[in-house]
Amino acid sequence: MQVPAPFEYERATTVDQAIGLLERLGSGARLVAGGHSLLPMMKLRLANFDYLIDINDLHTELGYIRPGPDELRIGALTRHRELLESAELAAAFPIFADAERVIADPVVRNRGTLGGSLCQADPSEDLSAVCTTLDASCVIRGPGGAERVVPMEEFHVGPYETAVGDAEILVEIRLPVRPGGGSAYEKVERRAGDWAVVSAGAAVWLDGGVVVDARAGLAAVGPNTTGIPGISALLRGRQPSEDLLEQAGAIAARSCDPVSDQRGSADYKRHLAAELTRRALRRAVERARS
Amino acid sequence: MTTVHERPDTFHDNDQKPVGHGRMLRKEDPRFLRGRGRYVDDVQLPGMLHLAILRAPVAHARILGIDTSAAEASPGVKAVVTGAMLAEQNLAWMPTLSNDVQAVLATDKVRFQGQEVAFVVADDRYAARDALELIDVEYDVLDPVVDARRALEPGAPLIRDDLEGKTNNHCFDWETGDEAATEAVFGRADVVVSQDIVYPRVHPAPMETCGAVADFDAVEGKLRLWSTTQAPHAHRTLYAIVAGIPEHKIQVISPDIGGGFGNKVPIYPGYVCAIVATIVTGKPVKWMEDRSENLVSTGFARDYIMRGEIAATLDGRILAIRTNVLADHGAFNGTAAPVKYPAGFFGVFTGSYDIEAAYCRMTAVYTNKAPGGVAYACSFRITEAVYLVERIVDCLADELGMDPAELRLKNFIRPEQFPYTTKTGWVYDSGNYEPTMRLAMDMAGYDALRREQEEKRARGELMGIGIAFFTEAVGAGPRKDMDILGLGMADGCELRVHPTGKAVVRLSVQSQGQGHETTFAQIVAEEIGIPPADIDVVHGDTDNTPFGLGTYGSRSTPVSGAAAALVARKVRDKARIIASGMLEVSVADLEWEKGAFLVKGDPGKTVTIQEIALRAHGAGDLPEGIEGGLESQICYNPSNLTYPHGAYICVVDVDPGTAQVKVRRFIAVDDCGTRINPMIIEGQVHGGLTDGVGMALMEMIAFDEDGNCLGASLMDYLIPTALEVPDWETGFTVTPSPHHPIGAKGVGESATVGSPPAIVNAVVDALKPFGVRHADMPLTPSRVWDAMRGNARPPV
Repeated sequence: MQVPAPFEYERATTVDQAIGLLERLGSGARLVAGGHSLLPMMKLRLANFDYLIDINDLHTELGYIRPGPDELRIGALTRHRELLESAELAAAFPIFADAERVIADPVVRNRGTLGGSLCQADPSEDLSAVCTTLDASCVIRGPGGAERVVPMEEFHVGPYETAVGDAEILVEIRLPVRPGGGSAYEKVERRAGDWAVVSAGAAVWLDGGVVVDARAGLAAVGPNTTGIPGISALLRGRQPSEDLLEQAGAIAARSCDPVSDQRGSADYKRHLAAELTRRALRRAVERARS
Repeated sequence: MTTVHERPDTFHDNDQKPVGHGRMLRKEDPRFLRGRGRYVDDVQLPGMLHLAILRAPVAHARILGIDTSAAEASPGVKAVVTGAMLAEQNLAWMPTLSNDVQAVLATDKVRFQGQEVAFVVADDRYAARDALELIDVEYDVLDPVVDARRALEPGAPLIRDDLEGKTNNHCFDWETGDEAATEAVFGRADVVVSQDIVYPRVHPAPMETCGAVADFDAVEGKLRLWSTTQAPHAHRTLYAIVAGIPEHKIQVISPDIGGGFGNKVPIYPGYVCAIVATIVTGKPVKWMEDRSENLVSTGFARDYIMRGEIAATLDGRILAIRTNVLADHGAFNGTAAPVKYPAGFFGVFTGSYDIEAAYCRMTAVYTNKAPGGVAYACSFRITEAVYLVERIVDCLADELGMDPAELRLKNFIRPEQFPYTTKTGWVYDSGNYEPTMRLAMDMAGYDALRREQEEKRARGELMGIGIAFFTEAVGAGPRKDMDILGLGMADGCELRVHPTGKAVVRLSVQSQGQGHETTFAQIVAEEIGIPPADIDVVHGDTDNTPFGLGTYGSRSTPVSGAAAALVARKVRDKARIIASGMLEVSVADLEWEKGAFLVKGDPGKTVTIQEIALRAHGAGDLPEGIEGGLESQICYNPSNLTYPHGAYICVVDVDPGTAQVKVRRFIAVDDCGTRINPMIIEGQVHGGLTDGVGMALMEMIAFDEDGNCLGASLMDYLIPTALEVPDWETGFTVTPSPHHPIGAKGVGESATVGSPPAIVNAVVDALKPFGVRHADMPLTPSRVWDAMRGNARPPV
């Protein structure tokens, strides 16, 4: 049994109470939601915090999936399993179910949350790539109930670093809804439940067979999950074709910055960036058409 | 004589409780399924303290000083012990299973990352762990030796300066076979193929990590040690020798063990620390390592860098096999193997083939890595041997343009050649390889698979079919040849039948999940006709079982199983005499029918074994010269090893775009001689095959250039899940061992031995369109992609 260093623990029952605790306890405090990344790091003593504020009781307040005409809102405490099983989410953004099926295992999915995934800011994290792909906005609440909205591109400021301040909580993710959309997620892992060697998300919006907009996001090929504007520029206004997807894949390979590690060589990861971007775009287009 | 069975028994008769051999549910399962198993970490004693070990953060460094004062002042801490303190008691070093020495706690240098440096004993595990942070060790970091290929280079850092006169990192040299004869055959062969083949370092990673609870009673002078050991008796003897405690005052208890796979054969420093701690504090002390400690410091397996060479005629007659091996033994030679076999049973690298000559030359070196070289489900290095020969035979098939199944069938040792003495001196007891191979091919639909592969290749799809045929050598071993640190590899067994006809059988071997409580009850039941449910199996406690060397190398059934059958026969012989008195006929007039003696020609006159048991303990007369009671004991010394064999066929699909390997089908036909409980055998095979998928596709304990272990957690060291494995298709043939009392051969490690080459052969076969002839494990997507691009490289 791996045992963490001593820490104090308190359960928050409202978002404002949690923010109050964060304000009072400062940078020695950390929120714990699913805990599937934080607790192993603490047990390995890679992370040591004086205080843990358990926000699982906030699920009634922050666990929701709310479709709307212009945007779909997801509460930050929504569990992986709820994302996987939501028919409304699957209808709007099938990329979520694609990704959730290959995130860890049922034990983790029962407990882990969307907000926790984004705030962990692991460069290999799947939902960060999904949210990047879908051009998500992140709603951050601070003391006094003040809220600010940060686009996904600005949410991650480095590996394991986010725009969320010491006395702030990520409360909601907003996903713009547009007609004619299709999305998909592709991941290569060494073993079921492992972090991605590389993964790619893709979303396209078609009008009369022509791409109105397209987005792609990659995980595990740089300091953070990255969107690829070049792919959007390439595809907009064009009819999707295999040749175009080939070019999009080449852009993905050029646009990333992988490193060699136990999961694979940088060359292989670059190859996967192209291959998986092609596959995800292909499937996203099929879904947009159907 | 071989019997061929088309399909395994069906499952509906799983719990028929046969009186003897046959499929039945495991007797031990209810307690595991209900959470009532009792493992070392479940042991709670009054006043028990907890021990935590400080480990080296670097691979190679001189210890300049250790300041323990802050740790000693930490709340709840009872003792802090360093190597220097152990050295005062002459306990800083201990012998390994290979007659090397290993530091209990480092005194002069640390020699691998994760090596034991100091320990803390405290009121609870948290206090002990927190105090480790407060021990201040000053290191002078030295260059490490990480790559075994560079260990013998002039100027390489000297690791073992503790050994008198040691000037380099050489560990041992070993050879087997006839070098000159082999050279001669290679010289006249039509075809010679050679291939560099690496079997990477892997870890057994049992679900339960290693640990111990030590409790020294200063009044009685008795040490009780609950520990995660596969060999409680051998450990007790070694503790007696090392610690100087009289052997009868040591009780080693190996309770329920959560997997061993060879990891729990050695004595680890942690066990010794726990013993020292209980003596120092006068309290019971528990030490349980965590997962990272298990992965970085306990016995690894494999780590052989091999060059295989095979010589053959143009029409595919294999003439000779030769290999050169560089073995990485880590910082201390802790290999678990019989003393005369420093490379274990690697000498069986000639496989299942009738060849003219063979030769192996091996050099073993020290590196700055964890010690070990354990029998990780490998029957003492047979995994490496079988991988080598089955890979190089496939390379030869590729060179000759022959089908790999056909090449194997052409070269098998023929049934009439058994017992067969190999060119490296092993006497295979029995075997009949072709029916086993044919059954596997039939089950697979081999020809149809080859047609499917051809069609797929034409479409650019990558499908591979891999074959491995193995001969195992298990059941160490004959005492004339085999011992571990001077202890003969025999096993004892005691059987006592109670007055009411129930029985207890006491074993010297210890289960880590193999189902001994069922299998051994069935072996005894088959011989004396008492139902398995009425036979209690006692094991894993040195005070309550006869001496023997424990469970590893698939030796329980070949050695201890033979002892159980023979002791039951001794009891039955005595029962026969008592029955002759009860039935008032001569012994010669009695017939044995499982569970009862009948008078020949008068089947109405009969006594059951239960009635005989009551008479043996009762008041009535017994035949002259017969003592009361119905019990016996034995120590079984096997006359030879047993040699199970098997034919495995693996079908894989490789994604041409991502290079991911999917094992689509796996057909495993095993011949382990007489089958005692087919359900348990299938379970063993399923586990071993899954293990093989792990080694072939994902497992490796890797190190960076500084000697940092890169596999220190199960996030980094991947082991397979149910999602990586197909539905296993198992079949069997039965070729009994001629020298084993019931013809059984042992099966625990067959699947781990046989599956990696089948999977690798399948992947290499899939990659044939890319001109690939070999690719080293682990075949991760990245490494397969490298191979597809002509960049197959040894793993680092």
